[in-house]
Amino acid sequence: MALKGNLRDFTVTQLLNLVNLASKTGTLVIEGPNETAEVFFRDGKLAYAMIGQENSSLASILHQGKKLTVSQYRSIQQRAGHVTDKELGLLLINAGYLSQEDILVSLQTNFLEVVRQLFTWVEGFFRFENDQAPPDDRINVRLDLENLIIEGSRQLREWEQLQDEIPSLEMALKFTDRPGVDLKNVNLSVEEWRVISYINPKNKISQIAKATKMDDLEIRRIVYGLIQAGLVEITRPEGAPPALAKDMFPTQDTTEQKSLVNRLINRIGNI
Amino acid sequence: MQTVKMVVTGPFASGKTKFIGSVSEIDVVATERKISGAGEKEIKDATTVAMDFGRITVDEDLVLYLFGTPGQKRFDFMWEILSEGMLGFIVMIDSSRPETFREARSILQTFRAYAPTPYVVAANKQDVEDAWEIEDMRNALRLDPMVKLLPCVATDLKSVKSVLLELLYSILTEMETGGE
Repeated sequence: MALKGNLRDFTVTQLLNLVNLASKTGTLVIEGPNETAEVFFRDGKLAYAMIGQENSSLASILHQGKKLTVSQYRSIQQRAGHVTDKELGLLLINAGYLSQEDILVSLQTNFLEVVRQLFTWVEGFFRFENDQAPPDDRINVRLDLENLIIEGSRQLREWEQLQDEIPSLEMALKFTDRPGVDLKNVNLSVEEWRVISYINPKNKISQIAKATKMDDLEIRRIVYGLIQAGLVEITRPEGAPPALAKDMFPTQDTTEQKSLVNRLINRIGNI
Repeated sequence: MQTVKMVVTGPFASGKTKFIGSVSEIDVVATERKISGAGEKEIKDATTVAMDFGRITVDEDLVLYLFGTPGQKRFDFMWEILSEGMLGFIVMIDSSRPETFREARSILQTFRAYAPTPYVVAANKQDVEDAWEIEDMRNALRLDPMVKLLPCVATDLKSVKSVLLELLYSILTEMETGGE
């Protein structure tokens, strides 16, 4: 079934969040007004990214990243001809021009730049092609998405959208218990750390805002980023009224209440 | 005569009126008005402006009322009124219209803030080709794994019954555990 839609309704950050939470493998294709981007993921990690008609070969990326001089780049283009990225990488490492780390860092930087470019796209259609892998000859990386998501979320400034995302500040926050998420590996700002330090189901978001001297917009923006990155989730504050209030049932007797619910179950089951 | 109520909420055109209509023993008392907005008119002709109202008589002493909220945000003043004293609520979402998921998240958060009652989320129109998969919807809606997200077709009685029963089971569990 479809995982497709419009960037007006789903931001790139939210799409990364989906891929991250579901540990998806496949390709996110985004058709913008002028060009198309393809971002590849493996088990919820960024593996490869390319945009439009830009030359995304390893030689070009290394040249852009100033790891290859113009003459080296030209020479590779002339001599290497049909050498794949993987073969070229090995050649460069074996010849002592570059280390494996140089190559991986250059690729990571390039792919991150592609995704950052996508953060500015507000128009376009997206679809996720399950299990579609990047081209065989390309070198893949394995980048966690949390930092990118936090970075993308920081760009959301629209009051109306933030209010939609977090309509009530009278709710609390708790840390998610997703395996593999380590706060230490996430690049948080000072403001985000200040909010993090107050996260506890006992504290309402409004109380955290007061303690950290943030206005409604600021606290919503930070909480939104933390939620998007899958670090925290909204919960009812501890000490809030119980889930089943007195006025929900016509009787206060708990045995009668249970009997009433069971009668409802029987009736609906028999419709 | 004892009465209890449940609320069916969700974004515009998510299938709330149809859901109630599928199971109600009376014709749904709907407060629909012709739609004037061009964008919304493309989706359907009329929309609920105050509430929908359906009824299921359990026995001679007990009646269940189903209230459907208006989906359009400009009628959200009705939400709090309708949520008062409810036993639980159902959030209906059109699985094939991801453009409504943000609003659905907002409605869900708003209702959770109004009343801490049990709730389930119904992923409606799962029979439509463009419907999102349940697990993708769970992530897009940022639902806790403990929250019941149920595939649903609002025009299918069996499917509607299943959603209502799951909500009742959640209420029963809540009563037994006391919200632990």
